[in-house]
Order: sequence, then structure tokens, then C-alpha cells
Amino acid sequence: MIDRDSPVTEDELHAYVDGEIAADRRGAVEAWLASHPEDAARVAHWRAQAEAIRAHYGMIASEPVPARFDLDKLARGARSWRAVAAAAVIVAFLIGGVVGWMAHAASAAAPSRFDTFTAQALDAYRVYVVEVRHPVEVTGGERPHLVQWLSKRLDYELRIPELEQSGLKLVGGRLLPGPFGPAAFCMYEGPSGERFTIYYARTDSPQTAMRYREADRFAAVYWVEHGLAYVVSGPADRERLLNVAQAAYDQIDKGASQGRP
Amino acid sequence: MAGFRQGIETAIPALRRYARALTRNAELADDLVQDTLVRALRSEHLFHGGDIRSWLYTILTNLNRNRLRALARRPALQAIDDNDAPEMAGPEAGARDIERALASLVEDQRTALLLVVLEGLTYREVAEVQGVPIGTVMSRLARARMQIKAYLDGDRPALRRIK
Repeated sequence: MIDRDSPVTEDELHAYVDGEIAADRRGAVEAWLASHPEDAARVAHWRAQAEAIRAHYGMIASEPVPARFDLDKLARGARSWRAVAAAAVIVAFLIGGVVGWMAHAASAAAPSRFDTFTAQALDAYRVYVVEVRHPVEVTGGERPHLVQWLSKRLDYELRIPELEQSGLKLVGGRLLPGPFGPAAFCMYEGPSGERFTIYYARTDSPQTAMRYREADRFAAVYWVEHGLAYVVSGPADRERLLNVAQAAYDQIDKGASQGRP
Repeated sequence: MAGFRQGIETAIPALRRYARALTRNAELADDLVQDTLVRALRSEHLFHGGDIRSWLYTILTNLNRNRLRALARRPALQAIDDNDAPEMAGPEAGARDIERALASLVEDQRTALLLVVLEGLTYREVAEVQGVPIGTVMSRLARARMQIKAYLDGDRPALRRIK
């Protein structure tokens, strides 16, 4: 072409690296690089950067797609999403941060059971509390079946408290994959639609006192009793959540002592 | 609209890759992808043809920008990214370098660079995703590459020879 020998611009060097150079300028760029070693070195460095990025992240696209990205499931959740979208994004980020931090800390020091279970429980809370049509697998109307099924899967005689006194009705429960085996997850609903959940998982931790953690709009209370970890999650109203957790604890404790000879 | 769903489904692996490189945190990345998918499904009526993939990249890029704004309002939590990983040596060190170099970029520059070199979008597509003229994309790209080179040259004596 006519401008074959005109000076090559910086933009053209980038376009050349990215395969966007006009066909009639390719020759000019290559000629330029042959006689300008500094530019040739820059181009080589940019290519090496791109290679490093592709080498580091490329394989993620070949991983199997996790089940959480099932579009039918997401589409069902999408209907009720709008009202809580802002909160959910923030909590997703907070939990992601906690989990990410835990993942990075895992090599140095194992995360505490408190961190692990609380993050899991809040994650489950975040996912299922926005569900309108399918928040649970077994409804509260089938309480005996729910208790029996979840107890069997956790190999632990679970107590699913009645929280009517705290103004909460049992919606139902579901089984979840936990960090160290199956976990159980029960959901309660108040008169104005606020939801609380109880997360149960087997643990080898010793007995603990109740601990409270807040993550923006949501919060969790965690304790361990007789080899089972409990996490009660709900809106971040400390007093209310502690009341609910206390009521749950009392019933579980009472049930357990009655069950023993 | 089966084609719409299928278009989204097909894009998921690439979205995960892009989100991971953007956030450098697996859990955070997948949360971003999930939020992107939910938003896309909800906005099906807003999608009038065109390239679904570019549209999804646009949603994800915007959600990530919102996330970073929220992050900026919470200085206590900002340490998560900086504190990313312990110093490493050996074959992992090179990979860690590029991750840190990316982390040192301004968000718009990182987005432009990743969309071009990792996701293979054209300059025109990146301009649409970022909502800026092509010239702006090119200057972001140029600054990103300069910054990465400076980062690697400055921090890693082993790489200083590459000039």
C-alpha cells in the first residue's frame, strides 16, 4: 500500500499483538519491528503477558460447570430476586470474602469450625431465603417425616424446635452438603415474611458457648452441643436473633434431656 | 426462547474464567457469575438479539464494578484482595506474579485487558461492553500493559532481563 513505509504507531503495535491490525498494515508493522528492536521487545513482552494470563486462567473454562448454575433453578429464584437483590449481592460478596479468606488461610492454618459452619449456614441462608416456591424439600406439614429423614442422613437424632412462641412457623427443611458430610437445614417464617433458618452439622468440636456473627443485613448464632453444630441465621437484628436462638436452644436441650434415661 | 437459554448456558464456562481473573477469588467469582445469570434470566425481555456473550460480559463487568464500589465503602474488608496469598517460590511464583500484576491495575484497564487477551473479544466488542469509544479501550489496554511490565520489572529481578 501507499503508506506501507509510514511510521508505525503504538496503537498499531497493540492491534498487531491482538490480531486487529488492518491487513494492509501488517507488513509495515513487521518490517518496523525487524528494524526497531526496542519495539520488538515490547511486543514480545505483551505477548508473554497474554500467554501468562491465558496459562493461569484458561483452564477454568474447561472445568465442569457447578450445579449451582442450573438455569432452570436460577430462573425460579429470579422471580423473587428483585426485592432482595441488593442485599444478596452484598452478602454474596461478604460470604465470598469470608470463604475466599478461609481458602487462602487453609494452607497456613485450618479455619475454625465456627468460621466454616457459619459461612456455610449463611451461604445456605442467602440461597434459600429468597426462594418463594421451593424454599424446602420437605414441608413443615410433614414434620415427623422431616425429622426422621434428616436424622437418618446425619446419623444423629435431630430436634427441630417449635418456635411458635417466637412468632415463627416451620416452613420445612432440606438436606445440604456440609463441609464434613451431610448437613440439615430448617427454615422458619414470621408473620411479615422474615425468615430464620437452623443449620445442623456433625462436628468433632467440643461443646461451645453461643457466638454471634453479623454479615451486613444477615447474622448468625453458632453453638455446639453433644457433637452437633447449630447455626441459627436470620436478619441482622441481634436481640431478635439471640431470642430465637435461645428459644431453639432451650427446646433442643429440653428434648435431649427428656430423651435420656 | 430456547436459543436465549442455550446462549447463556454456553457462555457459563467463559464467564467463570473471566470472573475468576477479574476477582482472583474462586468463590467471589462464582457468586458474580451466578448474579450475572440471574440478572440475565430476569432481563430476557430486554434482550433484543445481538451477541448474548457480549451482553453477559457487560452485565458481569457492571456487577463487578458495583461490587468494588461497595468494597470501597468498606475499607476494613479491602485487605482480602491484597492479602491474597503468601510469598511463593518455584513454578507457582510466575503464576502468582501475573495474578499480582493484574491486581495492581485500575479496574477499567484490567477489564479491557482481560476481555481482549483472555476472552478474545474484539476492540469494538470491548468498547460496547465498557460503554466507551474504541480509542479509550486502546489507551486502557496500553496503560494496562505498561503497568504490568513495570510491575514485573520492578518486583521480580528474575524478569528484569525482559525489556
